[in-house]
Amino acid sequence: MSIDLKTIKHIAKLSRISIDDKKAKELEKDLNSIFEFIEALNKVDTQKVDPLTSIAETSLKLRGDEVKTKNIREQILKNSPNENKDFFVVPKVVE
Amino acid sequence: MSDIINLTLSALVNKIKKKELSSQEITSAYIARAEKSKDLNTYITTDFDNAIEKAKKFDEKGNFDYKLPGVPIAVKDLFCTNNLKTTAGSKILSNFIPSYESTVTQHLWDEGAILLGKLNCDEFAMGSSNETSFFGNVESPVGKKVVPGGSSGGSASALAAKLTPTTIGTDTGGSIRQPASFTGTVGLKPTYGSCSRYGIVAFASSLDQAGPMTQDVSDAALMLDVISKYDSKDSTSVNFKRGDYFKSLSSNIKGKKIGIPKEYRVDGMPKEIESFWQDGITLLKKLGAKIIDISLPHTKFALPAYYIVAPAEASSNLARYDGVKYGYRSEGENLISMYENTRSEGFGDEVKRRIMIGTYVLSSGYYDAYYLKAQKIRRLIKNDFDDAYKSVDAILTPSTPNSAFKIGDKTDDPVSMYLNDIFTVPVNLSGLPAISIPAGKDKNNYPLGLQIIGKAFEEQNLLDISYSMEKELSFKNNLQDWWIK
Repeated sequence: MSIDLKTIKHIAKLSRISIDDKKAKELEKDLNSIFEFIEALNKVDTQKVDPLTSIAETSLKLRGDEVKTKNIREQILKNSPNENKDFFVVPKVVE
Repeated sequence: MSDIINLTLSALVNKIKKKELSSQEITSAYIARAEKSKDLNTYITTDFDNAIEKAKKFDEKGNFDYKLPGVPIAVKDLFCTNNLKTTAGSKILSNFIPSYESTVTQHLWDEGAILLGKLNCDEFAMGSSNETSFFGNVESPVGKKVVPGGSSGGSASALAAKLTPTTIGTDTGGSIRQPASFTGTVGLKPTYGSCSRYGIVAFASSLDQAGPMTQDVSDAALMLDVISKYDSKDSTSVNFKRGDYFKSLSSNIKGKKIGIPKEYRVDGMPKEIESFWQDGITLLKKLGAKIIDISLPHTKFALPAYYIVAPAEASSNLARYDGVKYGYRSEGENLISMYENTRSEGFGDEVKRRIMIGTYVLSSGYYDAYYLKAQKIRRLIKNDFDDAYKSVDAILTPSTPNSAFKIGDKTDDPVSMYLNDIFTVPVNLSGLPAISIPAGKDKNNYPLGLQIIGKAFEEQNLLDISYSMEKELSFKNNLQDWWIK
């Protein structure tokens, strides 16, 4: 199978990455060569094989829902890309 | 001063404990050398002034019982360090200052170590040559315009060039072992679940594991003692009884059964690598080990499966970089275009490729054909190892199918770059521990490594085998300091 330009643009949209036509063509070439390599897996019969979802294969531990770090609002907002001290600011989303 | 930088980590620790050297002397020696080694581009961020300050404090009233008393250490820039910029080699995190410390680096400071700075790496640890970093490629001290391997390339280069006595990296598909092999150093990937992933910038969560990169096997054991600990902050951290690795090191491996997998004899592998592997086998026999031919039949499917699993997990993990709460932001006319512009400008080409692969294999209608299929292959690969370990204690393979290459040689073809990890990836897919130790040099005088793969949670066995081999191999890098200015 091969991935066409339309699919590349659709994946880019899903990935929230804007790409121009030149970039899309490059990605079409790269992704097709990578998928050609990946298709080797089709040679293996896996009908009776269980997927391996986690290497630890233990159940996740439960813990109490307790606050352990307090009053770090300022620290967290310090890395915010805008200079606002109180909120994360994004472009307007409601008209 | 030249004496200091030639000491192994364990020798340095001894000298500090005996008060033959002060932390300030050692820290200054490494800083002075780093200042003259800028051409290698190993550091993204230095923290030298603070390091000197901390060394001074340690000399005044430090605890000399610590495992790393006053020892300066630089770490891969994938570990979050409180109040010090952490970039993961990416533009999108180029201004990110964490407000917390990764568990693994915290363990280093808790044992008395002092942070020198943050070392270059492939962007989000995606790469095998340290050429995908936003902060430029790293040069290896083993040769001019030669790659140090990746993704922990800055770490490997800094260690081999003696800019830090030891370092830590992360290994998702070979990112500790492959650069160790390329630079003539020791790189250990512990069992998945040994070292906490808390505070490490995530790439592929089911594969990522931190580990030591060191000058020799004893140093690796010492570092593992410090960083391998259960952590409740990492939901996949495993609470098993850890060894006293450094103290328990033994070079007696008589009667150990070592497997040689025939599937690692790949087409086009240079004769030199084949012959180093043979020499390794001969050496193990001489040391009293029993050599057993084994088969790991699904080996050739490991790399294709990895290039589904790792990008799929990466595409999910990297969804958080949207320009809202931290990191780089590019404005847009609405929220969606802000996301798209931020990610388009903030991520480099290799990261974009992998996000796109991951998004595709997880997208509606393709999940079963790709992701589920890859997880089933992953089971088969792990079963291969489980079967082999019924008759052997460890497995010996080459670390890489080739030695280091020139900068720019493989950047045009992603698949040829991916093939670098053909011997290291099966280990990550199976969660096993493995170590790369330098075995010799090829005709270009570039180092080559051998990989020993162990059973899950049996790091001591792995360390003992490599320790006994290292003694006999007596490998020396003998670098000529050509990069020093």
